[in-house]
Amino acid sequence: MSTAYAASARAGRTTSNKSLREDTVTQTEPRLRVEHLAKSYGRGDQEKQIIGDLTFSVDKGEVACIVGPSGVGKTTLLKCLAGLHPSTGGAMYIDGKPLDGPPAEMALVFQDYSRSLMPWLTVEKNVRLPLRHMRLPKAEAAERIEDALAAVGLSHAAKQYPWQLSGGMQQRVAIARALAYRPEVLVMDEPFASVDAQTRFELEDLCLSIRDKLDMTIVVVTHDIDEAVYLSDRIVAIGGKPAGVLEVIDVDLPGERDQITTRALPEFAELRSRTLSLIRKAQQ
Amino acid sequence: MKRRALNTVLGVGAPVAVIAAWWIVSAGSTNAFFPPLATIMERFQALWLFDRFASDVLPSLRNLGIGYAIAVVVGVVLGFVIATVPVLRAMFEPALHFIRGIPPVALIPILITLIGFGQEMRVTSIVLAATFPTMISTIDGIRAVDTGLRDVCSVYRLRKHERLLRVYLPAAGPQIAAGMQVSLQIGFIVMIASEMLGSSQGIGAMTLLAQQSFLAADMWAGILLLGFLGFAANILFEAARSRVLAWYIGSKRQERAA
Repeated sequence: MSTAYAASARAGRTTSNKSLREDTVTQTEPRLRVEHLAKSYGRGDQEKQIIGDLTFSVDKGEVACIVGPSGVGKTTLLKCLAGLHPSTGGAMYIDGKPLDGPPAEMALVFQDYSRSLMPWLTVEKNVRLPLRHMRLPKAEAAERIEDALAAVGLSHAAKQYPWQLSGGMQQRVAIARALAYRPEVLVMDEPFASVDAQTRFELEDLCLSIRDKLDMTIVVVTHDIDEAVYLSDRIVAIGGKPAGVLEVIDVDLPGERDQITTRALPEFAELRSRTLSLIRKAQQ
Repeated sequence: MKRRALNTVLGVGAPVAVIAAWWIVSAGSTNAFFPPLATIMERFQALWLFDRFASDVLPSLRNLGIGYAIAVVVGVVLGFVIATVPVLRAMFEPALHFIRGIPPVALIPILITLIGFGQEMRVTSIVLAATFPTMISTIDGIRAVDTGLRDVCSVYRLRKHERLLRVYLPAAGPQIAAGMQVSLQIGFIVMIASEMLGSSQGIGAMTLLAQQSFLAADMWAGILLLGFLGFAANILFEAARSRVLAWYIGSKRQERAA
């Protein structure tokens, strides 16, 4: 748990994504590795194979987006990753350690923030809830909560209840809760799907700044191709029935990402159309 | 704000108007069964303020208080256990709905045979009758805890006791409170009924005795007292509920406004 924030000591990292990948190449083990993952529901004749064979990996400090046509099993994949559903084949590893059940090194931000926050707890207490069983020293817990709320820009709302906040703010509370947990891998399920466009841009940039500051590995499931290209160091396009990896696309957009200039780059458009045509083809 | 003021005026004004009408219409009544309200109020004062208060009202309320408290604790605890242990749920749920179908008042004769006429019988019958609504709504409330919240518990690896006490219990709170309110009403009914069967003490006994002795005004005074007590109990309950479930009431208000 503590290693995640050991990395935060070198906050304000200015290296580009490209050089980051180069220094992680020296690591033999990616942070998250998924190998031949399979998942089916039901038994016998009723058995329905959702995920056939998925293999991909995400390095430390990378943002990976999982994209695919709707209904392909993105959420199923994510539930397997988070240990909410048992997989029926293959294996998953964090730092080479095989996963079995909800991993302590992982936090999940759900799509539906209104169903993931406790309405009877204030913002601060929502963020505190997952920390209780860690039995942290009081000061450390308080510091983690403060830092997490500051990171998402909600320090002023600590004493409010989630339902008193806007949708975008509620999702930021959910992100703060995940940050205070200090996971090594942060997984998000269509986290920005139900907020307005402006908030969405803000949350995307928040996501990137978290990665930069905390060197966290972030996996985002999204159906929004533009978002995937904007956020990712690599895009894992999945498709087919049962689902498999169509292609892993390395996103090599230069420099720091910016909502206006990055999206206007020719490379951005190229990656976007490449990803989109992949998914289109998979749908046919 | 103006609308709220109007509602308050209506809420207070309407009952006052009804009482005034009753007062006026019944003023010259010579009907033995419907004495003038003025007479009823005189008897009310003579009987309950505070001649018989300590001897008849307090024991009734004490029985209700003790019985209700036990019923709520037992109902919530049993409901929790049944809802969270699948084997128990499969075993007891059908039986529960059968027992719930029995009118609680019908249990009183059995209890009289088993325990006798004492205070224990009354408290026991209140407990038996009032446990079920709380227990059943607790089971329903826990079962209805959103899968989203359950997933959050798993992902953040909350311990068993944290899940139960910090997530499931508050999440089921609104439904548990609804069950507790029904329990209170049933407990109140059973409190009166248990006193009407073979007892010489308590509000129910006094009211029944008055009716059997053709003391119509005393009978009406007893019924008025029951009305006041029931009303007060409900106000107390609502006050407690709106304190404990302030988050729920607030979030619902927010939802409606959105």
